[in-house]
Amino acid sequence: MSNLIRPALVLTFVMTLLTGLAYPLAMTGLAQAVFPAQAAGSLIDREGTVIGSSLIAQGFSEPGYFHPRPSLAGEGYDAALSGASNLGVTSGALIEAVGARVAAAGIEGAVPVDLVTASGSGLDPHVSPAAARAQIPRVAQARGLPEQTVRALVQSRTEQRILGFIGEPRVNVLLLNLALDQTKP
Amino acid sequence: MSPTDLLQILLFLALILALAPFLGAYMAKVFEGRVAFLAPAERAIYAACGTDASEEQSWGRYLGAVLLFNLTGFALLFTLLLTQHWLPWNPAGMTALDWDLAFNTAVSFVTNTNWQAYGGESTLSYFSQMAGLTVQNFVSAATGIAVAVAITRGIARRQARTLGNFTVDLTRGVLYILLPLSILVALALVWQGVPQNLAAYVDASTVEGAQQILAQGPAASQIAIKQLGTNGGGFFSVNSAHPYENPTPISNLIQMVAILAIPAGLALTYGHMVGDKRQGWAIFAAMGVLFLAGLAVTYWAEMQGNPLLASLPVDQAAGNMEGKETRFGVVNSVLWAVSTTAASNGSVNAMHDSFTPLGGLVLLLNIQLGEIIYGGVGAGLYGMLLFVVLAVFIAGLMVGRTPEYLGKKIEAREVKLAVLGMLSMPVGILGFGALAAVLPVALASVQDAGPHGLSEILYAYSSATGNNGSAFAGYGADTPYQNVMLGLAMILGRYAFIAAMLAIAGSLAAKKIAPPSAGSFPTHGPLFVGLLVGTILIVGGLTFFPVLALGPVAEHLAMLAGTRF
Repeated sequence: MSNLIRPALVLTFVMTLLTGLAYPLAMTGLAQAVFPAQAAGSLIDREGTVIGSSLIAQGFSEPGYFHPRPSLAGEGYDAALSGASNLGVTSGALIEAVGARVAAAGIEGAVPVDLVTASGSGLDPHVSPAAARAQIPRVAQARGLPEQTVRALVQSRTEQRILGFIGEPRVNVLLLNLALDQTKP
Repeated sequence: MSPTDLLQILLFLALILALAPFLGAYMAKVFEGRVAFLAPAERAIYAACGTDASEEQSWGRYLGAVLLFNLTGFALLFTLLLTQHWLPWNPAGMTALDWDLAFNTAVSFVTNTNWQAYGGESTLSYFSQMAGLTVQNFVSAATGIAVAVAITRGIARRQARTLGNFTVDLTRGVLYILLPLSILVALALVWQGVPQNLAAYVDASTVEGAQQILAQGPAASQIAIKQLGTNGGGFFSVNSAHPYENPTPISNLIQMVAILAIPAGLALTYGHMVGDKRQGWAIFAAMGVLFLAGLAVTYWAEMQGNPLLASLPVDQAAGNMEGKETRFGVVNSVLWAVSTTAASNGSVNAMHDSFTPLGGLVLLLNIQLGEIIYGGVGAGLYGMLLFVVLAVFIAGLMVGRTPEYLGKKIEAREVKLAVLGMLSMPVGILGFGALAAVLPVALASVQDAGPHGLSEILYAYSSATGNNGSAFAGYGADTPYQNVMLGLAMILGRYAFIAAMLAIAGSLAAKKIAPPSAGSFPTHGPLFVGLLVGTILIVGGLTFFPVLALGPVAEHLAMLAGTRF
């Protein structure tokens, strides 16, 4: 027994130094040297102020902006408290919540599913192209822009599948809204 | 099925099929001591441990070494979590964990479960993530691999008394397999956008003028090993659904491959080490059959969407999207969910709790079958070998011959041990689960009403006993009762299998190898693969189908009838 104790203690100590300190610290140094923007969280800086991260959804409720998917991260879009509804498909609470969002969306016809269901993280930065298209009339009207202009903007901001088949087509809501502000504040 | 969905699935399967033989052969070399590019580091570690690398251990001593090493790891992690407020790298000012959450989290990471009763960005300091969780991600995975390798040696050797040296196997697993792969994967993840810094959480002023705090941290280094080691514990609360933890379809693909690559490779390492590659491919094939069947059912179920939302009206051409991320869609969420439950990984990129009833049923069953569909690193292989012993025994009974496996007689002792190990699953899942379904203190954790509530209980105890770590996360697991009971289920599931299989390996190692004769049952063809799959489904089915009927199946029928709870 006794000659099993020393390896257990020493191995734990050595592995903590190697995999718990040397490895993550070396990776931190390496990452910041090779991919500094990503390593720092893909932050968006506007005139010296961080206005968010291009990877993280933030709340938009004004009619002149495209809206992201509903969020259950904290009180909504809390990027220090990611979370989901975790409701099952037969949950009455889920069906009521989705019904309320459909009513609030003010979109004619069937609403694209991603626009009225909460994402897994509560921080999903994207909506589907269909969900973006469904919001074009509202945004165009609020901004006094022709729908054509807004549609062209959505089109140019739609990310396609990688190599034509990996991932899903999607639109980054924050980046789209920033582009919209640049077109006509 | 759309052509793009099919192509994504095929690409993933092709990557696994291409990597597994390469990794399998490489890992066999590592554990036969034929890889030595870090020999000086190895020697230094053995010297510090006072270990003679050529001195081998009996199964009992090997088990003792595993248990003592894991106990030390538990003690250290438990202490770190209780004292993190005094330790460095805590820019968000996290306080100490309560004792029960610290116990649960420490047990969970030491047993390779990585159940998340903790909240990541809202509970843990950077130091706890690095020096605590990341370390156990490495060594619990290496422990699993070491045990699988020792058991393989037991099967391959003839009239031997020893299975290898745990210190050596663990060190080699970390130095030559897990660490180099983690460095590559971590760097690729940062490239895709996963943060890797020690900075304070960032205060952002959003476009509409709100304040948003963006959690940061050394995420990529933790996430790389969480996938490669089939650990699965998230850096952030929602795991790989978080856009920082898994920002793009490419990072998603890298992580999915990282989940299955080593477990799939180990099945083939086994073939190399027993000197008959066909044996490894037979096990690989049995795992593959179960994997594809589960994938087909879950994909179909999720694409149906939620019929209760259709009339609101909601356009569900994209499938059931509650709890799923836009960039992954249904196909990548399903591929991930089936992989993570098959492989005992437990990381998620979509919320399993919001899957359709039949989709969720497959995930539950994957875990309940014993985490042997590729399974946890190492744990999947030795779990599968336990079923191999049973399958060979049943085949022997059917033809009235003494069962043999690779020339070794499978006798009463081995079969008894196999059954004993296997019984940990029903005890942990059904026994502990039944308690949680009747005790008021435990029932408070259930979120959903109706049959889905039972599924939540079942999933929690399946995940803990199977050392998976994923959850139906609506279940409120961070209570003293759940933390302790789920922790005990993890210990039971992990060490009952390890002890039983090491004991079987010890007794097989001592046996003679009889040359194959006309009467031996070949264990590499389709017949054996079919028998093995059948054994797994019969054992799993008899044990768990009754309770699955009360949970997911009942919920499915209720859903079709338009019932809401």
